[in-house]
Amino acid sequence: MTEREVKRGGVRELSPIDVYMLLPKTNCKECGEENCMAFATKVVNREVVIMQCPPLLKKEYEKAYKQLSEMLKPAIMEVTIDTGDRAVNVGGKLVMYRHEFTYFNPTAIAIDVTDEMSDDELLGRLKKTEGFKYGYIGQELKLNMIAVRSTSDDVEKFKFAVKKVVENTSLPLILCSFSPTVLESGLVAASKRRPLIYAATKDNWKDMAELALMYDCPLAVFAPNDLNLLRSLVKTLKEYGVKDLVLDPGTFPNEGLTDTINNFTMIRRAACKRDDELLGYPLIGTPIVAWAESEGAPEVSAWNEAYIASMLITRYADILIMHSTEGWALLPNVILRQNIYTDPRKPVAVEPGIRTFGKPDEKSPVMMTTNFALTYYTVASDIESAGLNSYLLVVDSEGIAVDSAVAGRKLTAEKVAEAIKESKIEEKVKHKKLIIPGKAARLSGEIEELSGWEVMVGPRDSSGIPKFLQEKWK
Amino acid sequence: MKTVGKEEEKRAGITFDPEILNLLKNFGEIELEDVEIELGDLEFWFQPGAVAAPPRVLAPPKVKPTTILEAPFTFPIATYPGQIAEVKLGATKGKGGTRGKSIVIGGEKSPAFYTFENPTPHPPVISFDVFDVKVPLAKAVKMHVKDVLEDPAAWAKLSVDKFGADMITLHLVSIDPLNPTPSTPKEAAKTVENVLQAVDVPLIIGGCGDPKKDLEVFERVTEVAEGERLLISTVTLDMDIERAAKAIKEHGHVALAFTPMDLNQARQLNRRLFEFIPKDQIVMDTTTAALGYGLDYAYTIMERARLAGLMGDPELQQPMSSGTTNAWAAREAWQEMAPEWGPRELRGPIWETVTALTLLLAGVDLFMMMHPAAVKTLKDVIEGLTGKGRGEPKKIANWITSRI
Repeated sequence: MTEREVKRGGVRELSPIDVYMLLPKTNCKECGEENCMAFATKVVNREVVIMQCPPLLKKEYEKAYKQLSEMLKPAIMEVTIDTGDRAVNVGGKLVMYRHEFTYFNPTAIAIDVTDEMSDDELLGRLKKTEGFKYGYIGQELKLNMIAVRSTSDDVEKFKFAVKKVVENTSLPLILCSFSPTVLESGLVAASKRRPLIYAATKDNWKDMAELALMYDCPLAVFAPNDLNLLRSLVKTLKEYGVKDLVLDPGTFPNEGLTDTINNFTMIRRAACKRDDELLGYPLIGTPIVAWAESEGAPEVSAWNEAYIASMLITRYADILIMHSTEGWALLPNVILRQNIYTDPRKPVAVEPGIRTFGKPDEKSPVMMTTNFALTYYTVASDIESAGLNSYLLVVDSEGIAVDSAVAGRKLTAEKVAEAIKESKIEEKVKHKKLIIPGKAARLSGEIEELSGWEVMVGPRDSSGIPKFLQEKWK
Repeated sequence: MKTVGKEEEKRAGITFDPEILNLLKNFGEIELEDVEIELGDLEFWFQPGAVAAPPRVLAPPKVKPTTILEAPFTFPIATYPGQIAEVKLGATKGKGGTRGKSIVIGGEKSPAFYTFENPTPHPPVISFDVFDVKVPLAKAVKMHVKDVLEDPAAWAKLSVDKFGADMITLHLVSIDPLNPTPSTPKEAAKTVENVLQAVDVPLIIGGCGDPKKDLEVFERVTEVAEGERLLISTVTLDMDIERAAKAIKEHGHVALAFTPMDLNQARQLNRRLFEFIPKDQIVMDTTTAALGYGLDYAYTIMERARLAGLMGDPELQQPMSSGTTNAWAAREAWQEMAPEWGPRELRGPIWETVTALTLLLAGVDLFMMMHPAAVKTLKDVIEGLTGKGRGEPKKIANWITSRI
């Protein structure tokens, strides 16, 4: 089945030695690492890329470079849409399950506009898409692309709409039409932007392939619920010379969900576990279909679209096209995406220990929380935004949130007593009062016994801290 | 973003309950026109300067195919040495209990919903949370149950009759020694009996999290509900496992083995339980964290547990349960936020829904949930994933041109 010439090293089997053997082995430090072995280890862990080894790029190492590239090639090809600073990379996945390594290139979410929208509506949607921002554990969660759909099927209208989009946004584009003539008019308007062409089908593949080659753009392949056709089209387009492909096996809502999830799963398994190169491309899902299927309140369409999107983020979609710009529908999805794409090799935890906020003195309150990053950042931001002078004792709960840590005995009275002692907070304040999270109330008696500190049970959510201190901290 | 004012939020709340339930139920299907795509002979010509990217030089020049090259797809079927245990919850009259029906969960031979490989033997089920005392609830949840908050039997009945609960989880929060006047095992058992009489679905009995008190209560409850095949939630590593297991075994119930996101502990607890209880009387819970608050851990632990079980690890072959209600611990689910994030009456239930769906795809067999709309959606999805429906290409063939 595989058409790969060199066997790609499975992520798990690939050892730093395999990479090291092909490096120049001069320990020149030009890459910034201490030696070639350290560099090789980082390469295997996907923390650096081989291009960061300057000698390797020289003519004499050409063969080794090629071998390394092949060895490190991801199961899912990485496809770049747009160019320069604007570019978004999709795919590039090394594994099927996130615990096997880690997922790269978070699912790019595109919001649609059409060539029949009024100026106001179109520009408004661009603005909303670009303006979408949510601060989450020190990151800014955003939307990534604009999909321009030709609902008119009219060459001039599409060209005009794409032109307007190009002039008003720097987000990468997906141009959507099954008509090659309409699509080309968009490509002309979006020159320099290397948009994703959506899509080649069994009927138009030849013309779409010509467009992809002529304008040097990635091409999506649409074969709804027909994996034989999808795979055949990929083979054909590859032979035709189109390198960058994105696959759409169709997103079906409601009773079609089983086929949708099966197709995405089978394609990813074939690529990652069976080395099927013809299916080793990024996947695109279209939760937007929920809008055509349901009538009635827009909340219901947005609701359906949102939950289908979430399932496809979990099951392997690399790009999603969505219609709703409602915050409540998008927020769970950008957060889920962030969660699924975090590196499972690294705990999302902060250093335990004492933190100071503002200019605390010997009478300032001492509060306590866990070292789960999200808990910590949430509490810290609540204290900071209220401008409170205080100490925060961060107890090691092995990176687990308060309620789960208490239930799972990762946060215990012993740990808290020990943290109080180690932090030397007793040298900084003249009182012995510890404010603990409301969700850790269960531990209060035991903490008092073990530490000799008086425990005050604080609010269940840190947003209640300012009010709590105002009322209870005298 | 559209700004949603107080008034609109209120309106959204009213719209949401109960109308959205009907709305979620009553899809009307719009028949998409089957538009033929016109494919004329294409001529490509360039205006100088109009095309920025120079045509890619192809080397070596290939003979371009003129027809589609056949490359059939082979289903990537795998076989697994292991199988997940089947566990029956609730006993009917003929089988020593009083339930109207039993529910079987587990039995999987493939990862979750790999139906191209094996059918899903038993669709996952949903249990509604009921508390035996007033507890703080998110506004979006509270509005659905506000009239029954102080009557667990009525609450259970409402959840079954109105919201279609497959099961009821009765949380005996009142037994907590931290309460000023904690209820006794005898009182707790009385509440269990009341709920058993009010509904005829299988029950889950939840403790307060104190391993000593929970055990005392479980011993009493298992006895008075002899033969009902209750799911006892939860047995933990710091409990007297032997005593708990014996009470569960002796009176014909099922253990819910809870561990804090740690596969080794999950194995350890199952191993301990196997000393006393057969495999078909154990369900496991590896902890659910909310979307945005550690869901990635919860998801991956469950996915790993399921894959390990299928690959033959005998200590991870129990069906999985999720306390999905934990989704409501996320601030984004219950807090009022800036208007662009929409009313919490929508944000809350979609939070619970997305948390549930993510874990559904990891292999969870039993969900403990709260919001009627989240439950309704999960049921629809489970039906979609296990039913005989197909993805009709015609329906989405022209999605590009559909006017939304």
